[in-house]
Amino acid sequence: MRALTVLATGPLTTVQDEGRPGQGALGIGRSGACDRAAAALANRLVGNPPDAAVLEVTFGGLAVRAGSDLLVVTAGARCPGAPHAAPTVLRRGAELRLGAPATGLRSYLAVRGGIAVPPVLGSRATDVLAGLGPPVVAAGDVLPVGPPTAPPAGVDLAPVADPPAGEVTVAVLPGPRADWFGAAGLSGLVGRSWTVTSQSNRVGVRLDGVPLDRLRSGELPSEGMVRGALQVPPAGTPVLFLADHPVTGGYPVIGYVVDADVDRCAQLRPGQVLRFRAA
Amino acid sequence: MRLLPSGSTALLVELDTLDDVLALYAALADEPPAGVVDVVPAARTVLLVTDPARTTLDAVAAAVRTTTPRPGAQRSGDTVELPVHYDGADLGDAAELLGLTADQLVERHTGRVWTVAFCGFAPGFGYLTQPGGGWDVPRRATPRTAVPAGSVALAGEFSGVYPRESPGGWQLIGRTDVAVFDLTRDPAALFRPGTRVRFVGA
Repeated sequence: MRALTVLATGPLTTVQDEGRPGQGALGIGRSGACDRAAAALANRLVGNPPDAAVLEVTFGGLAVRAGSDLLVVTAGARCPGAPHAAPTVLRRGAELRLGAPATGLRSYLAVRGGIAVPPVLGSRATDVLAGLGPPVVAAGDVLPVGPPTAPPAGVDLAPVADPPAGEVTVAVLPGPRADWFGAAGLSGLVGRSWTVTSQSNRVGVRLDGVPLDRLRSGELPSEGMVRGALQVPPAGTPVLFLADHPVTGGYPVIGYVVDADVDRCAQLRPGQVLRFRAA
Repeated sequence: MRLLPSGSTALLVELDTLDDVLALYAALADEPPAGVVDVVPAARTVLLVTDPARTTLDAVAAAVRTTTPRPGAQRSGDTVELPVHYDGADLGDAAELLGLTADQLVERHTGRVWTVAFCGFAPGFGYLTQPGGGWDVPRRATPRTAVPAGSVALAGEFSGVYPRESPGGWQLIGRTDVAVFDLTRDPAALFRPGTRVRFVGA
């Protein structure tokens, strides 16, 4: 049977794909893989279409057993024991165990044919904020694998850099409410170093540092936002929104990480330092 | 109309009134500019989310500037009837805040059709307005940690129905047995911008 039996999940494993675009007006967010580039690479390496579902593994710890011979690969954070960026056949009955990554936070396990749990509103992504999509993966689950739809990529090993340890710098653009933070706007954000806190999750990367001063008080009527938004609650320390961010929010968005850099932010782990530079 | 930056893939259009939002949203939702993958209305804004492989923010900004808003377009939406048990924990407080009796509040809530202005907060949660309704209800000073699913509530100029149990600070005036968000139904969301809603006593 084309399936993976889950033996252990680590801190959090979810099914993810490209999410549910185009439903924001119904209050439904996009969700999907936090590190889109890593998930896309994993799919490519096993010959899956870009919208195939993969497993997003947070800080390793996933263990699975193959129900038949399955071509598998991982991308993103490199876990000991994983077929990292190197597609490998997992024989029927064989087990795959991912250790904790040395750097990075999220690894993507793609299986040729894709994880074939039933889609919800057009996607197999688990949105942890909205409570939509397949349930969080649990030990004992048997995850069906779909039929292959295209030949595999024929690549033995994809040379990609591991997510870095230590300080990471990403480019930011002004957000719609940069003026709430004075004429200096973004400069307060750019001039400081921010530490990733352990309250971070798929909703957002919560940052700690010297709080930003808000020159305007009062409330903002809730407004729509996308992935990469840097929202500043009254405490003055920003939240960088990831895949499961709320569709709308009422705190001012000072800036946006440029879309091409947001995936790297999804690999930040608690304690790492994040810096911003003006795009 | 002000066009505000929202990163490398989105554009936020800010307008003066909710009516302006609804008129622009009605036009954009019907014929979104090429390369726009989502249009998200809110109280004073419309967010346009783009696919950067298919368009540029400049092109979308130009398209928005030449879009003709369609005021009143929402008045032609589908109408749903929602039976409500008006026994909410805050019914008395909300009535007092409006200078009404509980019966008068219910009469006003059921007396005119509401319209879903926009959605948000949770999948299927609609912000409903009642033109000329005169609603202005402050949120509760302390939000509840768990508002039951189906609760019918008021806050500001809006009424809403909680799709599932969640925290919330709105004033609870009643409850409905109709699921406003149900994944076994197509469409799952009963409310979308423009849906007209008539509340009736259950």
